Amino acid sequence: MNSLILHTATRLMIGIIVLFSLFLFFRGHDEPGGGFIGGLVGAGAFTLYAIAFGSEATRAILRIDPITLIALGLVSLVISGIIPMFTFEPFLTGKWLFLELGESEFKLSTPLIFDIGVYLCVLGFILAVIFSLEEVK
Amino acid sequence: MNGLLVLPIAIPLVVATLALLFRRSSVMQRWIGVAGMLVLLVSVAILFRDVYVDGIQVLQLGNWQAPFGITLVADLLSMLMLAISAIMGLIIAVYSIYDIDKERERYGYYPLLHILLMGVNGSFLTGDIFNMYVWFEVMLIASFILLALGNSKNQLQGALKYVIINLFSSLLFLFGVAMLYGMTGTLNMADLAMRLPEVENTGLVTTVAMIFMVSFGVKAAIFPLFFWLPASYHTPPVAISAVFGGLLTKVGVYALIRVFTLLFTQDIGYTHTILLWVAGFTMVTGVLGAASHFEFRKILSFHIVSQIGYMIMGLAFNTALGLMGAIFYVLHNILAKSNLFLISGIAQRLTGTFELKQMGGLYKHYPILATLFLISAFALAGFPPLSGFWAKLSLVKAGLSIEAYVITAVAILVGLLTLFSMTKIWMTAFWAAVPEIGVPDHFGKMPLFGAGNLYIMVVPVMVVAGLIILVGFYAQPLLEVCLDAAEQLLNPSVYIEAVLGPQ
Amino acid sequence: METILPILAGAIFASGVYLLLRQSVILTIIGIILISNAVNLALFSLGRITTENPPLIASGSVIPELPFANPLPQALILTAIVIGFGLLAFALALAYRSYKELGTVDQDTMLKDAEDTSSAIVTDSENNEKRNA
Repeated sequence: MNSLILHTATRLMIGIIVLFSLFLFFRGHDEPGGGFIGGLVGAGAFTLYAIAFGSEATRAILRIDPITLIALGLVSLVISGIIPMFTFEPFLTGKWLFLELGESEFKLSTPLIFDIGVYLCVLGFILAVIFSLEEVK
Repeated sequence: MNGLLVLPIAIPLVVATLALLFRRSSVMQRWIGVAGMLVLLVSVAILFRDVYVDGIQVLQLGNWQAPFGITLVADLLSMLMLAISAIMGLIIAVYSIYDIDKERERYGYYPLLHILLMGVNGSFLTGDIFNMYVWFEVMLIASFILLALGNSKNQLQGALKYVIINLFSSLLFLFGVAMLYGMTGTLNMADLAMRLPEVENTGLVTTVAMIFMVSFGVKAAIFPLFFWLPASYHTPPVAISAVFGGLLTKVGVYALIRVFTLLFTQDIGYTHTILLWVAGFTMVTGVLGAASHFEFRKILSFHIVSQIGYMIMGLAFNTALGLMGAIFYVLHNILAKSNLFLISGIAQRLTGTFELKQMGGLYKHYPILATLFLISAFALAGFPPLSGFWAKLSLVKAGLSIEAYVITAVAILVGLLTLFSMTKIWMTAFWAAVPEIGVPDHFGKMPLFGAGNLYIMVVPVMVVAGLIILVGFYAQPLLEVCLDAAEQLLNPSVYIEAVLGPQ
Repeated sequence: METILPILAGAIFASGVYLLLRQSVILTIIGIILISNAVNLALFSLGRITTENPPLIASGSVIPELPFANPLPQALILTAIVIGFGLLAFALALAYRSYKELGTVDQDTMLKDAEDTSSAIVTDSENNEKRNA
């Protein structure tokens, strides 16, 4: 779309929206948020860019093919499921690692890896749909 | 608790992911596809041993205890179905190397095939009714894309019918699940089996049973819900037709067997009588539809419908012998039916068409192919000593033992009519003289083995034909396993105890 | 609410079935969308609607504050919505492709003349022969 307002606003907005999607993502699990909604908001950012500058430019700033994003997402889903199997617990059992970093406590867990997978899958899926709809002439 | 239970679901997922990552290289994808199917087959064989020796195996996913978490349950029926789906997966993966064109490989044929298998295996393993809905959807979305991949005109027409009817039946399934949850407050199938008899409003339970019958009936293509099947299964490439014809409808049959032996056994006089009528009509309409067509794969598609009738008949008898026959029939039918589809693909490669009237001379020029066809076709029709004979014999025996003479007579008659359709294909495509016009130049010159690489398609067909003969001559061990599986189904307390612990 | 929601679900389901029976493929798909929403609504109301505390565990305690609402129907609906979303995206894309290919959205003309099935596959085999050559 050839609109100066949209172009300028998109350039300013895209970073903020991606940041917001990451915020939603890390807020997840204990509070409302998580991989799915984060991925949707992230995909929203790139969709906005695709509306303003076209899908080719969006592919260029994304640098990675959406289908590959889906594949990487699936890889991390599988990894998060397999980790507990090393300690002879069922597939997908949640394993937690609590790290004390000064004042704050940092939690690493298999649900986090799972959520990263969800984020990547949702982002990749929506962008793949948007790009292929945009590129069909 | 058996951690291996997740493998039949996880392996196809890993393989699909790898194939997706290597999607630019079709050589890599093919090898990953075949290797993945091999690993799957090995893991299923190990699991089969566990279930056969130690009884029903259970895995509580994520360590959330039943009935709150999602449970994977493998009883003998699940394992038999998993085994046959893994075998067919391997056969199809090899066959696809030749059959699937570069365009489809580039658009993700292999990842989709494995996702489809993941959905099928998940449906066989899950012990949670909502989770079964999810696996059905996984399977459906993969099948939608496989059916439409390639975008040819008649594929799109077939895909539209298939997609809309299947979406509707999935929504009915979900509604049935909602009703079950509203009545009992649980979704775990073992827990449901315990709580459903306690529901006071028995009429509502029967209503839900009918919703499930219609929903699974659409997927299994029973009368009068089968019209989408012959309208769509003949449109995609043969490898895809074979997977659909062999596996997908049988998942519907599996779901029917599961819910009508485990959950809805309160009003057998009502539900199972309807199933019996439906079985009779399915057999007859399917076989008559096949008799009226002259396109190779359309005939086979109608036969899928007619054969489903036999399986439903075994289920409707609700005796150990009947269920044994139904399970054995499913196994035999997946082999014979898929093999006939695969043979139709080879015939099409040689003659350039699926229309019987434009074919001919296959017996004269390709006697090996003709023999392979005869083995599969006679197995389908139920000739001794092939696998289909034992399947039909056990069903007929089951019918006579509960004095259901009419339906047994129908079953035998439909067997004869099946033979008629198969003879029709044999007479026109194989025995008739080579037609004068429209035969491609390579007909008669292209060897099955050697130049042209056609052997990639022929060897899988030979393997399946070998399995059919093997099952025919050594039917007893397999029949015994099927009988064990049937007895497990008729005694749900074993299943419930395995999932929920001693009551 | 206990009475309004089932009636609403029924009404939406009925409208969906009406649209499902229309000629245009697009209307059929919209019908499927409506039915899927009706089913989700039914699932929601069958999970019992009550006014209770959110099922969130406050820090320090082990169970949520009693009485708390049942979170399971919402999880189920969320799953169903996500699946429905994917399927509908596909169905719409398929309808669009079919419209481009067949030139109409009218089901009667769209689905007729599916008899000639061999041509598409033959071109595939030609592709293959080129590949294997």
